[in-house]
Amino acid sequence: MDFADSPEEAAYRERVRVWLDEHAPRHSVRGANCAPLAEAERLQAARAWQRQKASAGYARVTWPVEWGGGGGTAMQQAIFNQEELRYDVPRGFFGIGLGMCLPTLMKFADADTLRRFVGPALRGEEIWCQLFSEPSAGSDLAGVRTRAVRRGESEWCVNGQKTWTTGAHYADFGLLLARTDASVPKHAGLTMFWIDMKTPGIEVRPIHQMSGGSDFNEVYLSDVLVPDKQRLGGVGNGWKVSLVTLMNERAEGSKDRGPSTEQILELARSVPLGSGCVLDDSDFRQRLASWYVLGEGLRLTRLRTLTALSRGQTPGPESSIGKLVAANRLQELTGQLIDCQGEFGIVSGAPYALSGGSIHEDYLRAPGLRIAGGTDEILKNIIAERVLGLPGDIGVDKNVAFEDLPKGI
Amino acid sequence: MNFDYSDEQTSLKREARRFLEARCPGAAVHELSNDGDRSYDRALWTGIAELGWLGAAIPESYGGSGIGYIELCAIAEELGRVLAPVPVASTLYFFVEALLRGGSPAQRSHWLPRAAAGRVIGCLATSEGPGGIGARPLAASVEGGRLTGVKIPVTDGDVADAAIVLAAEAGGPGLYIVELEQPTVKRERLASLDATRGIARLSFSAAPAERLGAPGEGRRLLEEVNYRAAVLLAFEQLGGADRCLEAARDYALQRYAFGRQVGANQAIKHRLADMYVKNELARSTAYYAAWALNTNATELPAAAAAARLAASDAFNFASRENIQIHGGMGFTREADAHLYFRRARQLSLVAGSLASWGESLVCALSRRFPRMEHSTAAEV
Repeated sequence: MDFADSPEEAAYRERVRVWLDEHAPRHSVRGANCAPLAEAERLQAARAWQRQKASAGYARVTWPVEWGGGGGTAMQQAIFNQEELRYDVPRGFFGIGLGMCLPTLMKFADADTLRRFVGPALRGEEIWCQLFSEPSAGSDLAGVRTRAVRRGESEWCVNGQKTWTTGAHYADFGLLLARTDASVPKHAGLTMFWIDMKTPGIEVRPIHQMSGGSDFNEVYLSDVLVPDKQRLGGVGNGWKVSLVTLMNERAEGSKDRGPSTEQILELARSVPLGSGCVLDDSDFRQRLASWYVLGEGLRLTRLRTLTALSRGQTPGPESSIGKLVAANRLQELTGQLIDCQGEFGIVSGAPYALSGGSIHEDYLRAPGLRIAGGTDEILKNIIAERVLGLPGDIGVDKNVAFEDLPKGI
Repeated sequence: MNFDYSDEQTSLKREARRFLEARCPGAAVHELSNDGDRSYDRALWTGIAELGWLGAAIPESYGGSGIGYIELCAIAEELGRVLAPVPVASTLYFFVEALLRGGSPAQRSHWLPRAAAGRVIGCLATSEGPGGIGARPLAASVEGGRLTGVKIPVTDGDVADAAIVLAAEAGGPGLYIVELEQPTVKRERLASLDATRGIARLSFSAAPAERLGAPGEGRRLLEEVNYRAAVLLAFEQLGGADRCLEAARDYALQRYAFGRQVGANQAIKHRLADMYVKNELARSTAYYAAWALNTNATELPAAAAAARLAASDAFNFASRENIQIHGGMGFTREADAHLYFRRARQLSLVAGSLASWGESLVCALSRRFPRMEHSTAAEV
């Protein structure tokens, strides 16, 4: 049990710090009254920062140098991430492309395709999205209905609807999972393609979340023509390809969410109760203790994952506990932090809401977090089956042609 | 960074598991649990002493090996896994730690080499009745080096040779060391929720008592000892919780109902996943607390409290749900499940209630993040 860097890790961290000091502004907490930047401005700033990182080999520390990566280890990537968090730099936008889509290309695309796409993605010039989920295929992703039908030898014609597509409205390219054969069981009839999001027939419509955000889209595909050379993996092999993408999703890991302990204490001190404040209430104190314990459990479990990485091990499905616990904890604690204010808790925004309304935002975000990226129920299945070795569910659909399966909404 | 056991610690742990699985099978724990006259396994205690485990965290100058607390944590995890019916927690986590934190060189030289060799069993006597030690004024008192009062319950007080006793004196509460085999001490063995962890009512009538540390240091010293013990107890809880999860998983794979393994049902799978999640969170907090204990870090109070709360929750939950997953078999006396269920509750009470640990954690957090200068009630 040792939290210190090894000499090599310390040297790398120092190098990263020097570089960040030179190139990035120090982290500053934005005031509650400071209006957030519009998405277009954030995207522009993020592209500029990504370009700087790419030129120094920090855009993707673990990728080979010949592809513009840093040629480093997973531990070095983790160190860079830790250090970058201390600076006020633009975040987001490139995680799905660099963390999920490009690793899939690297495994299944030819050298020409990689030469074309890796550099621009790394430098933030092109953004990727993932066209997987559909209105009728969420947890049961292999049930996608979007059809790709061959048109001659060299082309496919795609019709269908995708949903929950993060960033489709600014993405340049996407990975598309489509059904190419409905006469075989569902997992066997899928094929993966990459597509240009500007191809005629693609329409992107934003989804408005209950929290007020709009991170996702519906994507309608009408007679979209996709050249066969944009196929990734064999015809009918799409499920295997999608697993590579999704495995990388879990490796991207979970981040801290919601108010810090300090913010919770501040809020509890500002709400009067009896002759004191909410922080004096013994029930509240016990709840605070349990939120803190869960938060520490999450933080320290990430350090254990990092230890596995530093030993060259691949973190297994056990890393899926992060999102499961974090989302439920956030839902519970934001609900209680609102409740403890009494009727005033209904006030949800500036200028009167406590914590500038961020607790209310988190409260309205939490239900979605329990669903996006694998529902609580699916994550528990994964833990039970892949970690604990329990049998899978009865697959009533495993040996039936997709077209013969009963379909609801 | 290495947030895990080292290779040496892992191999020590593996050896410990091999030894304990051979010397402390479930049947032995059952036998002891059903035997009204014995509350610990003397042969196992001797065996453990011979392996040198008892001296792992006792410095070489006092007859231990001083290899460290992480090693002791690894051993504790394995002891917890098999429910080892030996007074290691009372002797090492409480008695020895109190001496290491507050004992004079003479007191340490007298007691520690014997504890390291397994020739003395120690215990900690603080409770005086329902509600915990904070709930009532301290009745036990010391005057002129003589201790008078009643302590109930005292874990391993039925078999211990000496006790560290919390008592009031003119200068404030103190911890006192008292030898128990003497006419001024009466012990009464009591029914224990966990029959493999005996308890007693100890009554002292002007028993010779030696104070640890300076007058009035008792509360602070006890707090320090409790933080340290909580970490080691968390590892026993973790070992027990892991064993419960494995037993439940194995049973869910072996047992068939409605034409398939019961473990194929999501109601069972999700329960097992919940157990796994709690155990992993407990493991992470326990590792961190072990680091804080081993390095005497300032984070120890909060880290120990977090480990205790997470590990208590994990073991209580896993032992309870293990019975549920075993179905009818689970609540028979022959099955192991109830032994874990009993031990889980015993461990989550022995160093004070979980509510008192939650309170202590929030106090530590409030100190870490004091009220901000400008902080006032919200202005509306």
